[in-house]
Amino acid sequence: MRHTLAVLVENKPGVLARVSGLFSRRGYNIESLAVGMTENPEISRMTIVVEGDDRVLAQVTSQLSKLIDVISVSDLPPSESVDRGLALIKVATDTDTRAEVMQIAGIFRAKIIDIGAETLVIEVTGDKSKIRAIEDMLGRFGIKEVVRTGRVALHRGTKTVGGEYR
Amino acid sequence: MTDTPISGAKALINCLKNEGVDTIFGYPGGVLLPLYDELYDSDINHILVRHEQAGAHAADGYARATGKVGMCLATSGPGATNLVTGIANAYMDSTSIVAITGQVPTPMIGNDAFQEADITGITLPITKHNYLVRDVEDLPWVIKEAFYIASTGRPGPVLIDLPKDITTDEFEFIYPKKTRLPGYHPDVGIDEDAVKRAASMILDSECPVIYAGGGVIISDSSPELLRLAETIQAPVTTTLLGIGAFPQSNPLSLRMLGMHGTKYANYAVQESDLLIAIGARFDDRVTGKIDAFAPHAKVIHIDIDPAEIGKNVRVDLPVIGDAKMILQSLISHLQKMQTRSGAWLGKIDAWKKTHPLKYEQSNEVIKPQYVVQEIHKACPDAIIVTEVGQNQMWAAQYFQFENPRTFITSGGLGTMGYGFPAAIGAKVGCPDRTVIDIAGDGSFQMTSQELATVSKSNIKVIVAILNNSYLGMVRQWQELFFDERYSYTDISQSVDFVKLAEAYNLVGIRAEKPSEVPAAISEALSADRTVVIDFVVDPMENVFPMVPADAAINEILDPGAVA
Repeated sequence: MRHTLAVLVENKPGVLARVSGLFSRRGYNIESLAVGMTENPEISRMTIVVEGDDRVLAQVTSQLSKLIDVISVSDLPPSESVDRGLALIKVATDTDTRAEVMQIAGIFRAKIIDIGAETLVIEVTGDKSKIRAIEDMLGRFGIKEVVRTGRVALHRGTKTVGGEYR
Repeated sequence: MTDTPISGAKALINCLKNEGVDTIFGYPGGVLLPLYDELYDSDINHILVRHEQAGAHAADGYARATGKVGMCLATSGPGATNLVTGIANAYMDSTSIVAITGQVPTPMIGNDAFQEADITGITLPITKHNYLVRDVEDLPWVIKEAFYIASTGRPGPVLIDLPKDITTDEFEFIYPKKTRLPGYHPDVGIDEDAVKRAASMILDSECPVIYAGGGVIISDSSPELLRLAETIQAPVTTTLLGIGAFPQSNPLSLRMLGMHGTKYANYAVQESDLLIAIGARFDDRVTGKIDAFAPHAKVIHIDIDPAEIGKNVRVDLPVIGDAKMILQSLISHLQKMQTRSGAWLGKIDAWKKTHPLKYEQSNEVIKPQYVVQEIHKACPDAIIVTEVGQNQMWAAQYFQFENPRTFITSGGLGTMGYGFPAAIGAKVGCPDRTVIDIAGDGSFQMTSQELATVSKSNIKVIVAILNNSYLGMVRQWQELFFDERYSYTDISQSVDFVKLAEAYNLVGIRAEKPSEVPAAISEALSADRTVVIDFVVDPMENVFPMVPADAAINEILDPGAVA
């Protein structure tokens, strides 16, 4: 089972190494990781997608919480949260295929952010299945390169993570 | 507090005094020169070790014997990396030490400067926390936080990496009154509902066993453990690190459980219907085959570290918090047990009678177990420190421990060479106590250079080498599981320990017959300096009982067993 964790950490050098080191040495698999500053510049937020059963989730959560620089760890269940990832996809195109590729991008509400004689770069945001779907659709034109961000997630509604520290 | 700027080095000494540091185990070096110059005038007792690893172990032994934070100091690069084993050892056994390492000046960090090592990177997985100080203004905060983190919650080592320029930079020193740690909350309080549920599980059980670990000693809960055991009339077994948490003379004591535990402890755990784990972490040396461990028992797990809950075994009721507070609350919920039938304790007493710890005494050759018993007879109040291997297990089995902080041993990491420097630390921390390192001839040679430390610094400990001319525990496994193929475990005739002691202007004594053992011990006790006793013991003696790796803990090998 896949879990999405929102981890607030002190914005200090080495914090990412502490977190990623913990995952590797305890044998937990990170499926996706995204880090960035929050609205409070002293606090960064990591969104970590981890694969494992409830026991693994409990261990990951309590081991993360033990790190001194970790302020809070929250599980964001899919039903109570929204999450997005972003991918940039460079697709081979020529005059014959360009229109169709752009049409597919439009259907997925993706943006064309660069255009060249032989390629297009498409920016698409969404959950994992949407990004996979557009990749599948573009595959036959020839995907030259793909880069993805880690996923980021927020609770739906008024709920937030970290309480007083944010 | 001061208005005139002072150097980072001077500020550091002030910080250490604020934290009550009276002793540092250290070794100087290039980048530490400004700090050592300040130490020269300071009234902090600096013990010069002969290898930084020993400094870390000595700080660890000091911490375990006193309950205070132990401190060690090493220079950058190799000095820092030499601490690594000692830090890992402290981490595995939850010992509160603060290690300070010198570092190359901040502008040179990352340039592969002379004696540069990324010690914060290296120690990331073996410290509770670590710091690289990049601004002298941060120094007082870092020291304050390091001592707070090391000594609270589940204790552990904290490392502070101190670049040379930080020690010479000047600033207006103010020692902070608080810490700034938004993510660290060691005072978790206690969950009274969980405690009440624990009480009702205890009242419902017929065959409870208390399984006490090092956390009982760390939290100073031995009196509460005794009260709980007597209130509910439950037998108590301890882990290796829990030895001393419960008096072994008490009829409820089952002594140690696990791989080399007593048969009656292991049988009791396996037949229990309730296991009350207190400050213990279900280590593989305790549980044996995990699926077959305590198969009939519900498990209450009392621990301050939530990450220990469910890590190795399924727990029916976790109770998170300080063991002392939890036990006090638990006892208040429990009436004196009148109703439990005597059948359970009767069964345990029968096991104790049928399966005592035993070995075959000899008049010809010294049995190592006999040496341990004679040391106990001569000095029952000693602080016993051990090396790692057979010596450690015999010390755990055949000394009788009555009080916490009297048995100091490397449990989790199993560090050969730990005992002697840890004994030095224990003695420096408890100068009025007799401190005896029960050693093996293999382990002792890993840190025997510290004989120079005790000689120069006038520290008296006793090193009792159970000299069997082998790396004995490995040899035992080779005998039992590898067809007696003694691959590279014979270390006979490699050193004369008596002459070695004498070379350091210390006392060396050799005992070769059982009849010489008591006199050797009493001569060592009355000597005015460190004594090394070379007990020439039966080379083929094995540690029993023994649960083979991956067997259930009631599948126990006896002498003569072949796996």
